[in-house]
Amino acid sequence: MHDMSAPAAHHGAPTSFIRKHVFSLDHKVIGKQYYALALLAALIGMALSWIMRIHLGWGNFAIPGLHLLSSTGAPGNVLTPEYYLQLMTMHGTIMVFFVLTTAPFAAFGNFFLPIQTGAEDMPFPHFNMMSFWVTFVGFWVLIASFFVGDGPTLGGWTQYAPLSAIGSVGGPGQGLGVVLWATSIAIFCIGQLLGSLNFITTTLDMRCKGMSLMRLPLTAWAWFITSVMGLTAFAVLMPACILLILDHVAGTSFFVASNLVINDQVLPHSGGSTLLWQHLFWFFGHPEVYIAIVPGMGIVSHVLITNMRKPMLSHRVLIYSMAALAVLSYMVYGHHMFVSGMNPVSSLAFSFPTLVITIPSTIVVLMWLGSLYGSKLQINSASLFSLGFISMFISGGVSGFFLAQPSIDIMLHATYFVVGHFHLVMGVAAMFGIFAGTYFWFPKMTGRMMSEPLGKAHFWLSFVGAYCIFMPFHYLGIAGNVRRYQAFTDDYLIPLIPVHKFITIAALITGFAQLIFVYNLIYSRFKGPVETDNPWQGTSLEWSTATPPPHNNFGATMPVVYHDPYQYSVEGASSDFVMQTSPEKINNPNEEK
Amino acid sequence: MATTLPEPPKIERDRLPSQGSGNGGWRNLVPASADPRQVKDYSPPPASTGIWVGLAAITMTFAAFTSALVVRQGGAPDWRHITLPPVLYLNTLLIVASSVTLEIARRRVAAFMGGLKDPAANPARWLFVTLFLGLSFVAGQTYAWLQLKAQGFGLATNVSYSFFYVLTVAHAVHLVGGIGGLVRVVGKLNKSVLRRSTLDATSRYWHFMGVLWVYLLFLLWMKL
Repeated sequence: MHDMSAPAAHHGAPTSFIRKHVFSLDHKVIGKQYYALALLAALIGMALSWIMRIHLGWGNFAIPGLHLLSSTGAPGNVLTPEYYLQLMTMHGTIMVFFVLTTAPFAAFGNFFLPIQTGAEDMPFPHFNMMSFWVTFVGFWVLIASFFVGDGPTLGGWTQYAPLSAIGSVGGPGQGLGVVLWATSIAIFCIGQLLGSLNFITTTLDMRCKGMSLMRLPLTAWAWFITSVMGLTAFAVLMPACILLILDHVAGTSFFVASNLVINDQVLPHSGGSTLLWQHLFWFFGHPEVYIAIVPGMGIVSHVLITNMRKPMLSHRVLIYSMAALAVLSYMVYGHHMFVSGMNPVSSLAFSFPTLVITIPSTIVVLMWLGSLYGSKLQINSASLFSLGFISMFISGGVSGFFLAQPSIDIMLHATYFVVGHFHLVMGVAAMFGIFAGTYFWFPKMTGRMMSEPLGKAHFWLSFVGAYCIFMPFHYLGIAGNVRRYQAFTDDYLIPLIPVHKFITIAALITGFAQLIFVYNLIYSRFKGPVETDNPWQGTSLEWSTATPPPHNNFGATMPVVYHDPYQYSVEGASSDFVMQTSPEKINNPNEEK
Repeated sequence: MATTLPEPPKIERDRLPSQGSGNGGWRNLVPASADPRQVKDYSPPPASTGIWVGLAAITMTFAAFTSALVVRQGGAPDWRHITLPPVLYLNTLLIVASSVTLEIARRRVAAFMGGLKDPAANPARWLFVTLFLGLSFVAGQTYAWLQLKAQGFGLATNVSYSFFYVLTVAHAVHLVGGIGGLVRVVGKLNKSVLRRSTLDATSRYWHFMGVLWVYLLFLLWMKL
């Protein structure tokens, strides 16, 4: 067992390459490692979506080289129906777990939470290092399923039982593929639990002198709230995965009912509860939505405040709203199960908090819009992606109002309407939060600026492209276009194929726009203009230290905090902004104590 | 087992603000008037908070297992009541006794660290007793599994046995982590580098494992 009491400050600067860049205890290196992993995962996930979209638009189109991925899944370079579902499952799993959870929470949180709290490092750096490497192993266990047995699982990222628990009789990938999937996710859970442990203790115990809770930036609050959610949600998903693995490898019957006949075979299981998996999964699954989006809320608020040169209308209301989202996220999970045959009273019980959760979401949005109103926002890549985040969050959130009501959800649940909803509100919005954070913090992480023209081009192509992809999904859903179909052969679906072709073209263009971002990221890392320690004239602690930050984050003198994190345009102050570490006396009655 | 203690371990003190990060949390506030006012230069050591956070996660894990058991049992046609192996009751006595001995050890080590005891006294003795009881518990649990297996009751025999094995093995795995923690405490005590917060965190974890086992035994006895 690791010596949990060893303070972070006790690990000295590493000297060897391995300890410095590979098995590093430094939270900043670990943050970058998480970011690199998320970037790789995002590129793989995006490539899978391209393959799927091309197949949906032009079903017989042969994608050169596809058979190399799977000769049986893509004979003649054309997807089989089963392999389409397998790619769809991997796309969802990779994106939700290894991108949307990893990048905004684990990557940025690792790099910046200790700095923003004024700490030298996380309190348990060995656990932190394990957190990344465990996640890394989990990722490759998942990817391995492409290359063993009959490929990855086809059960969807939610892995509903009984399909997920019956073994290879259920189709390609339902044997070893599911076992690898569940093993990967269980490993991932361990990594996130270790990360959450560090995030919570860093926020509570490692703050520097003067850093009260209310003086923490909104990003730090967002990561803290997310880590509490992660701690409770992943601790439930992990046992669910263990039970699923046992149904496969030990012949138990947790999730498979009696006398189930699949492909003319009576399965040997008895008495399992198919709904049990859904309960366990969605108890994790809905908080996961907020695990993906709350860090983005913090990042967007942080970026906008810096670019508006004024704080949000209320620091506290934003924090309380994010906390309310976290609490309510556990009470609404049943809204994913309206069509599971649950008692209508239960549906009502889950529908009500689902509508209630829109209140803190709306408050957050109104805080942003109210603060933006009349402000002189500096337009740059980071602030544009922040605005894009708000736009996507609203657009995706509005369709949530409809889906919160069981009577409507029953009609729309299995259609593209839901796909459009969650891609906008959870997928694209969270991605825009990641982009905003990247453009904003890149100079602090690397000492160089990213190209603004390329960043703006990236934004506009992504912004327009995302709407071109996901808004038509809603129309398809209303028209009855069932999701998870790999071809549209029914009479009522054939007229919708041109819409799918349009979406595919939009997806390809938007995908190529992401390559602009990757180019910008790599080019700027080595050739970008060198920047000062505080290029955005920010006030929080990450801008008061050197670039890149030294090993212990602040050098010889640890910071002392005198102000709340967003003292911009303060009347009577010596400059446009007063940094948290500035002992300058200011007269601001609204300042957080 | 004999152990030598060359010198009493250092007493852990609250760190001063000039000693780097940490200890700035909770109530250590400098007001915005730029007049540094030190309310109290103390925050809990991270190990203290960290162990509670870890225990919260473990609680959620076992709550999930419990929920699974309750849902799976409800309306299941194949649910079968089983007789728990009697050795479990002996194991319960062992783990409860281990908590008592650990508490004695914790107090003795604390007194030793505070200089209230003769350095010649061996404060690690009760830690070894605790370790012995903990290992005996794991051995007893292993005996229970082997006994059931010899009777032909495996993991997949019936869902009741599935839950029995899953819950007891999951608990044992966590308990082995606690044994690792105790070994580390003994090692640090021998090297005179043990921090009080490490000892306290390990003790909390161990006591929690005891409480968790009593809960699990009650659950298994009630439900299986």
